[in-house]
Amino acid sequence: MQLFLSSISILLKSTGTTVELTVASIFLGTVVAIFVALGQVYGNLWIKIVATVYERTTRSIPILIIMFMIFFGFPSMGIRFEPFVAAVLALGLRSSAYQSQIFRGSLLAVSKGQILAARSLGMTEIQVFFHVTFPQAIRFSIAPLTNEFTIVLKDTSIAYAIGVTELLREGTYIVSTSYEPLLIYSMCAAIYFVITFGTNKFVSIAEKKFSIPGYEIRGVERA
Amino acid sequence: MNHFIFIFIQALPFLLKGLEFTLELAFISIIVGFGIGMFTAIERVYGGKLAYGFSTAYVEIIRGTPLLVQLFIIYFSLPQIGIHFSPLVASVISFSLNSGAYQAEYIRGAMQSVEKGQMKAAISMGMTKWQAIRLVIMPQALRKVLPSWTNEFVYLVKYTSLAYLVGVPELMAQGEFVASRNFEFMDVFLGVALIYLMVILTITWAFSFVEKRIKIPGV
Repeated sequence: MQLFLSSISILLKSTGTTVELTVASIFLGTVVAIFVALGQVYGNLWIKIVATVYERTTRSIPILIIMFMIFFGFPSMGIRFEPFVAAVLALGLRSSAYQSQIFRGSLLAVSKGQILAARSLGMTEIQVFFHVTFPQAIRFSIAPLTNEFTIVLKDTSIAYAIGVTELLREGTYIVSTSYEPLLIYSMCAAIYFVITFGTNKFVSIAEKKFSIPGYEIRGVERA
Repeated sequence: MNHFIFIFIQALPFLLKGLEFTLELAFISIIVGFGIGMFTAIERVYGGKLAYGFSTAYVEIIRGTPLLVQLFIIYFSLPQIGIHFSPLVASVISFSLNSGAYQAEYIRGAMQSVEKGQMKAAISMGMTKWQAIRLVIMPQALRKVLPSWTNEFVYLVKYTSLAYLVGVPELMAQGEFVASRNFEFMDVFLGVALIYLMVILTITWAFSFVEKRIKIPGV
């Protein structure tokens, strides 16, 4: 009990790092993903090929390898990153590949008929995108994006391997002084669970609030 | 480029030895996970209140926590209450439990997408519930689940790299071992990434072939 109380505050503090890692990675991922998705949907042949190759390869390589390449590989070319930055780059780039698929899917989910209808009403391509495609696509992508958020949150634990002091590493430090792995790692698991579960619940409420009646889509995806 | 090829060929024997462990981990875990997933999915769809409660809790807890934490609990924490596993066994157990929860969700989704009427029709023809699940629902559900199941397999192959962190000499660990001997981190890890890429492309290709072969036209 003593240990529980003394470690909970330390663990909660490092949860801050975990959340920072997650938010920074998701943000980086979203920025890159928007370009990749636009390239895949609206680009010419070459842009499509480059975007697709990027997306496929990034999705096929384990996150641990990407992280090690950035953290241990780049210094041999003279570029050195802090562990935190390397983790954000790795998680963000990998997330961008998955997010690009979410955005691509939601852009394509808007039916062709609507776009044709908007064009025939005299809207320009740009107007069609911002007034017809985008507002619907962003709603379609809320559910899968939440999923992606929880995936990244859980995978920040892998930053443990390159020495970022996030939740799991902090837990390991406590374990190495207290010899109570069962309690400490269970506490870590519980913290992760509360965040992912809470996020899912919160977003499903938000989703209902912003949904357009008759346009809900949901699917099971790997979280 | 020549440099990379030289390093890659030098590292290849080690990496292939690691690949063996990686594939072993992935194959055993996906199969055990499939068993767990099937059982859990059936419990969640057709089970009583208690079975539903337990299986839902299992799926939610596994899906809500990182795989690495699960691995650490099984490998580092269980010895505290007297249960010891070797790194390989601990990895297989945690990957199977993890994959089982995800597979359960996929299978459940597929089972529920088979129309309710078919179950009623099967029972009214005198089949037992178990027969109906086995002969009517599952043949359709398993075909529907195949694309997402392939996805899950790909995820699992990638996540086996985490076994490196508890000391299983799989592909990632071998790469790290070679790289820390010759200090060619970038080239060796690129080589490792290339092998993962090949494995995953092969799996995706093979299963899309299977998917086409077992398709029932019109369903």
